[in-house]
Amino acid sequence: MSVIHLLWSLGLVMVFPPLLLGVIHKTKAMLTGRIGAPVLQPYYDLWKLLQKGAVYSRTTSWVFRAGPLVSLAALLTAALFLPLSAPSTLLSFWGDAVLLAYLVGVARFITVLAALDTGSSFEGMGASREVTFASLAEPALLVALAVIAKVTGSLQLSDMFGPGLVLAWHEAGPALALAAASLFLVLLAENARIPVDDPTTHLELTMIHEVMVLDHGGPDFAFILYGSALKLFLFGVLLVRLLVPVHIGVLWLDLGVVVAGLLGLAVAIGVVESSMARLRLIRVPQLLVTSGVLAAVGLLLVWR
Amino acid sequence: MAQGVDLILVLAMLLNFLVLGSSRLRACIRAVAFQGVLLSILPLLLHQGGLAVHMVALSAGMLALKGFLFPWLLLRTLRDGSMRAEIEPLIGFTASLLVGAIATIVAFLLSSRLPSLPSMTSSLLVPAAMATLLISLVVLVSRTKALTQVLGYLMLENGIFLFGLTLVQSMPLLVELGVLLDLFAGVFIMGIVIYHISREFDHIDTYHLTTLKD
Repeated sequence: MSVIHLLWSLGLVMVFPPLLLGVIHKTKAMLTGRIGAPVLQPYYDLWKLLQKGAVYSRTTSWVFRAGPLVSLAALLTAALFLPLSAPSTLLSFWGDAVLLAYLVGVARFITVLAALDTGSSFEGMGASREVTFASLAEPALLVALAVIAKVTGSLQLSDMFGPGLVLAWHEAGPALALAAASLFLVLLAENARIPVDDPTTHLELTMIHEVMVLDHGGPDFAFILYGSALKLFLFGVLLVRLLVPVHIGVLWLDLGVVVAGLLGLAVAIGVVESSMARLRLIRVPQLLVTSGVLAAVGLLLVWR
Repeated sequence: MAQGVDLILVLAMLLNFLVLGSSRLRACIRAVAFQGVLLSILPLLLHQGGLAVHMVALSAGMLALKGFLFPWLLLRTLRDGSMRAEIEPLIGFTASLLVGAIATIVAFLLSSRLPSLPSMTSSLLVPAAMATLLISLVVLVSRTKALTQVLGYLMLENGIFLFGLTLVQSMPLLVELGVLLDLFAGVFIMGIVIYHISREFDHIDTYHLTTLKD
């Protein structure tokens, strides 16, 4: 891997994620007949938040301050394993698919701890919901990854999403389609998008992710916002690479395909958010179990 | 060809889950109808060596009955019976989905033990048939509305039909037509019975039919 390749991939991981949020917001605005905020608005928000100072409650401890930092660090590390232009990735070893899933888990764990650390019952409620749903979304993610691992015969993300995947689509198309559908549902759930959680609401009874980060402000909140964009990017890249497993060999084109796919995905999420209502909280586990079942049937199909 | 068959079978299995997970009666009826439509394409895809007249007739008959007539009858009953279009299962939706997943796994395990027939064109055929059979039994047991029981029987027939397809070369037309006719009569009568039950008792919950009264 050349230095230029490395710099471009790293640059894409660092700079691109907030744009996805901007595209989603713009899509939603256009579908509902509004002009909406500029596509670059998330960058302005991040810049504004980074200028501010942070206020910390006296009841919080170091856990509260560590939350956003550790969470962002875990997600950034996870992003380094992404198969942006597979078969070459920034970091790679046998079994990194499992590490990726658990780095996302670490990010969630520390966010939940920070939320509990505030001592607010409200944030505790959000933390409890987040963990409940995550306990259903995580198996779905792992089983979906297992489907891909099984058909490509590798537990390394660079191989799983590498040239072998094109062949695998011919051999086990239905199973991979099920894994993709499952991944899409997990993506919506993990990133607090609409059928599971409404990212724009501030109505206390319906919030899940948003409620955990209410007490964070300034740079901390910027880290959290950037982290959530990065998480969307993370799942988005996995889904796009699964659906469009092309490998041209030219760096520009490979990254271009991923970027185009991600923008398409952001528009798709925007359309889903505009056309659906948020599910009742009690129905969310059913959606996540469905996603797990989809992935499990996919695994059955390839494991026979 | 084999890809198309596999795709149809996977879709049919997913529709099983849709029936298990949906709380809307209307969506369930449509799902079972769509399953019937999908399965009616299968004989044409599976039949090797030219299109036999009786296979085309079978497909067309099945498409007409399961795809259009039955859903129309059931939807009419739903509308005229002025019943609540929601399902109140004995087992919750999430639990039913899990049971469905287990049933599918069992179906795959069982079918891997069975000797495979030389005439079998798709290795998914037997697991899909068993999964549909098992899940239709779950639907029959756990949903208490008379209408959902009809849906369960229809799914059961879909499963039996899939089993029949393993012998697609030698499947006698008369047998399958007989089954379809039985089914037609059954759904027709059940439609009328449900209509009368709901006229008489204000509800079609079979749970209440277990107690005798004078």
